[in-house]
Amino acid sequence: MNTQLLLIQVFNGLVNGAFYALLSLGLAVIFGMLRIVNFMHGALYMLGAFAAFALGQVAGLGFWPALILAPLLVGALGMLLERGLLSRLYGLDPSYNLLLTFGLTLLTQDLVKQVMLGRFEVSSAPYTTPAALTGVVNLGFVVFPKYRLFVIALSLAVCLLTWFVIEKTRVGSVIRASTENPTVTRAFGIDVGRWVTGVFGVGVALAGLAGVLAAPIYSVEPYMGAELIITTFAVVVIGGMGSILGSVVTGFAVGVLAAVGAAVYPPIANTLVFILMALVLLFRPSGLFGLPEGAR
Amino acid sequence: MNKTKLTALLATAALGTLSAGLAQTLSDGTLKVGVLTDLSGVYSELAGQGSVKAAQMAAEDFMKANKAYAGKVSVIGVDHQNKADVAGNKAAEMIDRSNVDMLVDMPTSSAALAAVEVAKTKKVVAMVVTGATTALTNEKCNRYTFHYAYDNYMLANGTGTAVTKRGGNAWYIIYPNYAFGQDLNRQMTAAVQENGGKLVTPSDATPFPNTDFSSYLLKAQSLRPKIFGTMQAGNDLVNVVKQYNEFGLKKQGIGLGIGLLFETDVAALGQDAFAGAIATVPWFWNYDARSRQWAARFEKAFGKKPTWAQAGVYSATMTYLQAVARAKTDNSDAVVRALEGHSFDDFFARHATIRAQDHRVLLDVHTVMVKSRAESKEAGDIYTRLATIPAAKAFMPLAESKCRF
Repeated sequence: MNTQLLLIQVFNGLVNGAFYALLSLGLAVIFGMLRIVNFMHGALYMLGAFAAFALGQVAGLGFWPALILAPLLVGALGMLLERGLLSRLYGLDPSYNLLLTFGLTLLTQDLVKQVMLGRFEVSSAPYTTPAALTGVVNLGFVVFPKYRLFVIALSLAVCLLTWFVIEKTRVGSVIRASTENPTVTRAFGIDVGRWVTGVFGVGVALAGLAGVLAAPIYSVEPYMGAELIITTFAVVVIGGMGSILGSVVTGFAVGVLAAVGAAVYPPIANTLVFILMALVLLFRPSGLFGLPEGAR
Repeated sequence: MNKTKLTALLATAALGTLSAGLAQTLSDGTLKVGVLTDLSGVYSELAGQGSVKAAQMAAEDFMKANKAYAGKVSVIGVDHQNKADVAGNKAAEMIDRSNVDMLVDMPTSSAALAAVEVAKTKKVVAMVVTGATTALTNEKCNRYTFHYAYDNYMLANGTGTAVTKRGGNAWYIIYPNYAFGQDLNRQMTAAVQENGGKLVTPSDATPFPNTDFSSYLLKAQSLRPKIFGTMQAGNDLVNVVKQYNEFGLKKQGIGLGIGLLFETDVAALGQDAFAGAIATVPWFWNYDARSRQWAARFEKAFGKKPTWAQAGVYSATMTYLQAVARAKTDNSDAVVRALEGHSFDDFFARHATIRAQDHRVLLDVHTVMVKSRAESKEAGDIYTRLATIPAAKAFMPLAESKCRF
């Protein structure tokens, strides 16, 4: 393994890192604010990809409108789920919402599969890269697809924006207040329930966005989120449950680590993240960026 | 009573005793074909309901041609979900409860191996059409199992030879790290080397299943082999090829060699993504007039063009039924004897022989190149035939087989 190839893999890892970051950021927002372990995140990512396929390629709107509309649709669906189902479980043990979201995942995957097989008779949907981003660029040290550069740039921007809104703006402080101490916040005349629904919608829309971005790279199929979500949960644990910064930094770091691992010793690529998770849990159970229990 | 009437009466009586005699030789008065297949998962489009339909067509055609068997052949289709344990259980259930006389299709190597093991203990003929592993005619072979359409050796031998001889003599190969991939990688590497090609670096095992292959594609970019060989199948293959195009490897002069390609993979990604790739197949629907004629019948009955797996199920079912007719009994030992060494030629299996020593069904196979959409003359026209490998050369030579009955 020479240094150039290593450098290339570090760079390449940022692409997968971008997906991990977007997904774990959404999970972190939802868990940090609402204490919901949203197992359905992977299925919503898959729905994002299918929405992009349906809007962009079947309905003929193209990639760019789909990039905006698909996350909005997924976010809206998320809000309906929160209002209709999840909100009924808030007083109960968190394992209830875990079971509910797990069940919804199975249901969604099978529904999509039935529609897929009925409509296209193949197990994955044909999806092409948007024309403007097709092709490769020579970056000097590596020839890299344009589209992947776009994925890195866009997800970085979205992650930064989300972090900024939550940590630095008035909207963010209202959200944090609504979730830390709902009673006091309500006393200020703020409709806490509406904010909670909104936050859930935004977290879920981030998963939808990741799905749209993934469609031109990975095969669009009903189970595309199932494998990814496991890694994403590992990322969330490593970064620290609920830590916004932790999820973003760890997301990119795990992507890079897996890519380097795949190049140096392929069989370990998929296990690396879990080895890391075990180590972190051993020495720093609250995660790299998480605050110890009780400090919150 | 006039003479004609009397002749007719006598003839009817004769026919009646004939079929009564036949019924005695069929164990329960019927011949039941069990299509053990994937009705709900990833292989349900390439086999699945289409395989069941194909077997039904074979049963009807056979009964029409052999009046003595009219109304005696039936077909059932059962879902094995591509899981070995389910396949074993379902095979046992079909044999014990539904009294099937023969099992056919069996996609997914592990499921096929489990099912034939059960069929062996219950002395039922199994014709594996869609399972790929060469173990079926090697260390796991048995007297009641026949391997019909293709296998890993034939895929690797066909594609490795064709690609290497066309100048693709420097390969970098990746394979999914499980039985099928490891086997196919070994066979492909051997085929490339036998034809004077070489591997620019040892093959890489990738996780299975896997979605992201960019690390290996970047490695290929820096190694600059002439051929990037992928032994992935199904959705993993779709991901590899999607990303192969994304990274622009074709434009950089790195060709694509595919171990196992199904018509449905091409449909899932679009023909242009695969254009120029070389693969080996036992059959395709527009190969010649005979193939077309059967494919047209199938399309009329099923609403879709047949895949090679479905065509193979028809052929295997028909071959079994004809063996029963020759043996004049459904006793499996007699049918096996009628099948062993049998030579035949139908729209699917050309110049076919059933090798008695390991039950490998030898047939002509084709090396094909995927056409671009612009080159297609009609819907579903996806392959240009590069070469036909004669039956005698397409499969593992008997000398290399580890099969001992």
